[in-house]
Amino acid sequence: MTEIINDRNIDRRGFVSGCARVLGAVGLGGLASALALRKGRAVDEVWQIEPDRCIACDKCQTHCVLDVSAVKCVQCFALCGYCDVCTGYFPTKYDALDTGAENQLCPTGAITRKFIDRNGPTRYFEYTIDESLCIACGKCVTGCRLMNGSLYLQVRHDRCLNCNECSIAVACPTQAFRRVPASRPNLLGRAAHEAQEALARRGVAAGRVPCLPSARSETAGMSAARSCPRQAWAWHPAGPLRKPGAPAEARQA
Amino acid sequence: MKTFPALLALLLVAVAAEAVCAAGLIPTPEFAGHPIPTAEHPDPVARLPLRDWLDVAAMAGGIALASYFALRRRTRRGLFLLAVVSLVWLGFWRKGCICPIGAIQNVTLALFDRSYAVPAAAVVMFVLPLLATLFFGRTFCAAVCPLGAVQELAAVRPIRVPVWLDHALGLLAYVYLGAAVLFAATGSAFVICRYDPFVGLFRLSAGLNMLILSGALLVLGMFVGRPYCRYLCPYGAILGWLAHLSRRHVRIPPEECIQCRLCEESCPYGAIREPTVTPPAGKLRRGRRRLVVALGLLPVLIAAGAMLGRRLQAPLASVHPTVQLAERLWLESRGLVEGSTEASEAFRNSGRPPESLYAEARTLSHRIGLAGGWLGAWVGLVFGGKLIHLAIRRRRTGYQPDPARCVACGRCFWYCPGEQARRGWIAGIAQKSAATTNEPLGG
Repeated sequence: MTEIINDRNIDRRGFVSGCARVLGAVGLGGLASALALRKGRAVDEVWQIEPDRCIACDKCQTHCVLDVSAVKCVQCFALCGYCDVCTGYFPTKYDALDTGAENQLCPTGAITRKFIDRNGPTRYFEYTIDESLCIACGKCVTGCRLMNGSLYLQVRHDRCLNCNECSIAVACPTQAFRRVPASRPNLLGRAAHEAQEALARRGVAAGRVPCLPSARSETAGMSAARSCPRQAWAWHPAGPLRKPGAPAEARQA
Repeated sequence: MKTFPALLALLLVAVAAEAVCAAGLIPTPEFAGHPIPTAEHPDPVARLPLRDWLDVAAMAGGIALASYFALRRRTRRGLFLLAVVSLVWLGFWRKGCICPIGAIQNVTLALFDRSYAVPAAAVVMFVLPLLATLFFGRTFCAAVCPLGAVQELAAVRPIRVPVWLDHALGLLAYVYLGAAVLFAATGSAFVICRYDPFVGLFRLSAGLNMLILSGALLVLGMFVGRPYCRYLCPYGAILGWLAHLSRRHVRIPPEECIQCRLCEESCPYGAIREPTVTPPAGKLRRGRRRLVVALGLLPVLIAAGAMLGRRLQAPLASVHPTVQLAERLWLESRGLVEGSTEASEAFRNSGRPPESLYAEARTLSHRIGLAGGWLGAWVGLVFGGKLIHLAIRRRRTGYQPDPARCVACGRCFWYCPGEQARRGWIAGIAQKSAATTNEPLGG
């Protein structure tokens, strides 16, 4: 043995450190493969807001590392009442039910109000968010919650930098921010989810909607998402995911 | 026709989800000529993995190139240019996230929380520089890490930090590493990311406190080379540890050291160790006694650290948001604080009984307290290990960089007359040894 070592010009110290090196390399490789090959776990994750936990404070607007937050307001049309007097659009004191800036709750005028239909004296309007203007202040979300609560905040994944420690998540007072798998990157509140399902059922009955959300089961990952042209379908957080580190009972409560 | 919407409304009441009606919501009307739209959601699926793997590939390429520049070509210019490229790519373009330093926490959380899905790219990013360090020394720090690169560029007038201070401050990184692992393992926070001093610079946006810290570190970095890398970086602590085992790492003279001492002053990071002389017998004996004392002290330090760490339960646990909320609620319910916070208000509105939150916070707090004991033991181990390390006598025949402290920046190459002779800038010095060996670049 000594001769072999001498032949290769290695002293004892070199031999020991060589062994340690090989052990270290094997250990690191083992750790990496154990984590990466953990069953069904090696997926990418993105940050998302759980709408039912969100209280629409203005932390999303102010704490994102981007100049204009990656969070935007989203309209769940299936839950929207198409109200004439929309509490998400108009402040509690308005001069007239028109689109004048002084009559809008949104500080940037990001909500467009479009007349759709009337039923006698009742008029129906559709409210759409112009995301290029939305700053995620959440004013319309709190306003809308007086009625149906169809407006909610979501992280926009084309904008989000996917920071390892999301600055908004740190500031979020209700721990509504959490990591979700990138294959199911959006979350819906319970009411919105049910309204969405009801709408889809009606659509299928009328032969309009090409696929049902149930086609995207919990385990159906990207393939189901791709096969469904209405990618808009978001996912209700009743599944097995939870915020990292939060004990299980926190979720059930 | 007028009755049509009314009929539709009736139909809707009949078929709409129960909850919609039960909650007293305004039913969504159904319009004859206007289908209810669905919001568009931008999809991260197609974009994320490709971008992440591109980063991993860039990092692997960067480490390979840095190792080649540092060990084979021995060129400071190449390393410097590579550092600038890394700074632009991994720093400013990719906004410095995710990086191997932060990936420590992802890996830790994945080890302790089985429900956490760690991204494969984060694991690879964590392991890659460690593996490279096992074989080539800290070449990742030299020119790939964007945090290192920005400090490398900032180090314009570095002064020499006294050796004792350098050793003492170097322990901070281990303490920081232990704390970061503790907070990640208990799901409290990713402190490395939260207090990453340069990520705000890469994103050109930061809070005031981080801006002050970032600016202070950069100004300090002009005079004290790489303050974050040497005294705070938790990943650097691991790398330094592994670099001791590295198969090849940067060495200053390409051949034999002529002990001209020119390189000693050139290192801004205090990583160059002078040759040792055999001490007289009395000093040897004293050194041996010191080693025995240090070895005996190690278990004492670990035990003391564990006991002290156990007492840190309250401050450590208060980092966890759930514990914070529980404390706040308790104080409010006892009337010890006035008013309420958004968090406590939201909790009351959620209808969850406070007792369940208190119980959860107690469990968490207990777990964090136990982890605090481990953290204390770790700090004790680090201190004891340092004492042993200092007590061990080493033999060095020439001026050599300490593999743990050397970040392979390549500054010392220029100063070595042997290197200058190798490049043919001067003649004479290394000719004798050049005749005896065929490979002048031996690691």
